[in-house]
Amino acid sequence: MIAFAALLERLAFTPSRNTKIALLKNYFAETPDPDRGFALAAMAGALSFSAAKPAMLRALAMERTDPELFALSYDYVGDLAETVALIWRDGVVRPNSVTPGLAEVVAALEATPKADLPGLVAGWLDVSDSSSRYAILKLMTGSLRVGASARLAKTALAELGGITPDEIEEVWHGLEAPYGPLFAWLSGRAARPESGEAPVFRPPMLAQSLEGVDLAEFDPTDWRAEWKWDGIRVQLVRTPGGERVYTRTAEDIGQAFPDVLESLGDLGSHVVLDGELLVMQGDEPASFADLQQRLNRKSPGKAMLRDLPAGVRLYDILFEDGEDLRGLPFDVRRKRLEGWFARLTPPRMTLSELIPFENFSELAALREAARSEGIEGLMLKRADSLYVPGRPRGPWWKWKREPLTVDAVLMYAQRGHGKRSSFYSDYTFGLWRDGVDGRELVPIGKAYSGFTDEELTFLDRWVRTHTTGRFGPVREVEQGLVLEIAFDAAQYSKRHKSGVALRFPRVSRIRTDKPAGEADELAEFVRAFLSGG
Amino acid sequence: MPEPEGLFCVPGGFYIDPLRPVACAVISHGHSDHARPFHKRVIGTPETLAIMRLRMGEERAGDVQQALSYGERVTLGGVTVWLAPAGHVAGSAQVVMEYAGQRAVVSGDYKRAPDPTCAPFEVVPCNLFVTEATFALPVFRRPDPAHEIAKLLHDVRLFPDRTHVVGCYALGKCQRLIALLRQSGYDGPVWLHGALIPMCALYESFGIPLGELRQATVAEKSELRGGIVLAPPSAIADRWARRLSDPVVCLASGWMQVRQRAKARGVELPLVISDHADWDALLATCEEVGAPEVWVTHGREEALIHALGLRGIRGRALRLVGYEAEDEGSEAES
Repeated sequence: MIAFAALLERLAFTPSRNTKIALLKNYFAETPDPDRGFALAAMAGALSFSAAKPAMLRALAMERTDPELFALSYDYVGDLAETVALIWRDGVVRPNSVTPGLAEVVAALEATPKADLPGLVAGWLDVSDSSSRYAILKLMTGSLRVGASARLAKTALAELGGITPDEIEEVWHGLEAPYGPLFAWLSGRAARPESGEAPVFRPPMLAQSLEGVDLAEFDPTDWRAEWKWDGIRVQLVRTPGGERVYTRTAEDIGQAFPDVLESLGDLGSHVVLDGELLVMQGDEPASFADLQQRLNRKSPGKAMLRDLPAGVRLYDILFEDGEDLRGLPFDVRRKRLEGWFARLTPPRMTLSELIPFENFSELAALREAARSEGIEGLMLKRADSLYVPGRPRGPWWKWKREPLTVDAVLMYAQRGHGKRSSFYSDYTFGLWRDGVDGRELVPIGKAYSGFTDEELTFLDRWVRTHTTGRFGPVREVEQGLVLEIAFDAAQYSKRHKSGVALRFPRVSRIRTDKPAGEADELAEFVRAFLSGG
Repeated sequence: MPEPEGLFCVPGGFYIDPLRPVACAVISHGHSDHARPFHKRVIGTPETLAIMRLRMGEERAGDVQQALSYGERVTLGGVTVWLAPAGHVAGSAQVVMEYAGQRAVVSGDYKRAPDPTCAPFEVVPCNLFVTEATFALPVFRRPDPAHEIAKLLHDVRLFPDRTHVVGCYALGKCQRLIALLRQSGYDGPVWLHGALIPMCALYESFGIPLGELRQATVAEKSELRGGIVLAPPSAIADRWARRLSDPVVCLASGWMQVRQRAKARGVELPLVISDHADWDALLATCEEVGAPEVWVTHGREEALIHALGLRGIRGRALRLVGYEAEDEGSEAES
């Protein structure tokens, strides 16, 4: 538990991905089984203990602390488990008292009846230091925010074993904590674990951006085109072992989409499909904002399932009747997909249409004309492309619509994290509107990216030399710098003062040539980008 | 008596750590919120006076400086005054006042944990004890500083290509960190931000060896790789730190015990090392001095007074303003 607690603490404060991977690698390399397996399970969210509730923690602490002192402390610290961990008196360390191991804690939490839990936990806390106490309490109440995703842990494991994270994903969902066979495989002591009939995740094939690629060199007859829908990429899996809805990062989101999950039950014996998860309005995909509402809900209510029904637009088929199709060319897989679809007419699913075209300029025109909310652009896939996990360069391209842009005025800046912690790199920008006291700026969004290193240096210096006010970490700046902001879509938002929100805003240019007074108006912006909304 | 200028001893006619210029000031220690310039007469330990001269210059550090070694007595308006070690930083003192058979002790800032850079806190039994309460909540119980140093050194080994930059206050914390590193066996050079160098030199002149120190400001980026750099808290996450090689930002402070505090400061490796008494030490000290009445100057007095009440000690909050825990300030901005 001590090593795990130290890892948690170090991860929680580290913004850098590479540092996190290094810490995880070090932990997995130095920690024996089964502790490291349970740590992995904790990070993957694969552990839950129903009997341990926050109320129990509070009661435990109250038995040993004056109530007023506890209240003052909780008020100051702001987190129950942390307060208890800190306020708990270090026990008298007897020679035979040892901080329990992670595996021991997990096993005992699973096996101990609720009534005996307080005594057990108090005993552990007595023989642990404050960071181990914190880890135990967070672990048992299921509110362990590790600061590292399951994917990151798998990336670290893969580096340790000299394989790719995708190879781990491929076996992952057939395994259980504490993952003995996985560690045995990674250390070369055993063969790759077999997934058998389990509904495991198959690492998806991703496309590269077409930016900078010369289409003139492509022969149109070698390529197939589809719409790139603005939902989230999912993998639907149905095997004798069960049904799953996975995101492209292997997160199991079946619970949040019971409507989709249910429909998988009728799909035959063993099928794996690749598609786009969308909220549907009749036959048409709704906006990403609607999908966002579904994504925000871990388990949606009846009204939400009725008003925002989810559906999947199918792009590809990876397995049919247990047969692995990934080694077949796209055209062949497409025929199989169409045949399968015609046979089963699965509910809640539609086929992604193939767009016929003679040449790429025709496609380009189609791409610009497509202003449907659900369309992000086009996908180009080679007719002979095999289904290769990862993001290979060449077989698949995404050809996004040109981003929308707006000229906004920089209003506030805040320092970034990690490597950027000494730079003012988070920018809030706004547009003009007529306010009570005349023309005023109203913030419409925040951008953290899009600029080059030189531009960042410029912006940082500009912020420091044009600061007009400070609110904690935030600097207010002179209304004097215009930023061209690129974004993918605009939507109405009740959470923002301006009433609008941008999707993926980034700084595309610094417009030192443009006076701030000539930046865009909010009213104009709403007319241009939200009129259909 | 608490007054706007600070604590005033009525029969003695002197102030303790006054916030504004006064005729006669007894100074507990050299931190800038306690030792302020332009008093007419200043009484303090030789170390404290030397620290004041270094920080504010000879002419601002008091018209008349009167050195008073620990235990040495002076009479001010019928009050016998002497200084006892407070264990906070070099030269830090409790101010002991004896008058009409009664004894009052103003402890200033203090800690009970061992510190190789200053004399340990001395318990002086008294009738009235005046204490700080900077960390007066039961959530503030300090780990062994050796454990925190081990954590730092482990991280240095784990990330040998990065530079660990530790934010620490220029007076006291900086030298204690270096001494703790030396105690743990670390004998490599310790790199210093320019603002920390004069105080380290002064400590060495007090006879506190700090080993090899080098100036980080003039060093090449590559020289600092794998090294430990100490810098004022204000510099660790700002432009100054850009000269470092992929820095791991650390901060040595009692506040680092609370995660939210560490997060808010953008700290990657918090080190819980404080020069203030923690909760257990505050309560133990209040009991050990045996005073039936305890006055609490600054900090979280509510919790301390409540806990003292449970022990039958009468507590009173003075609510003195103007004293901050040094960890929070950014005095060393320059």
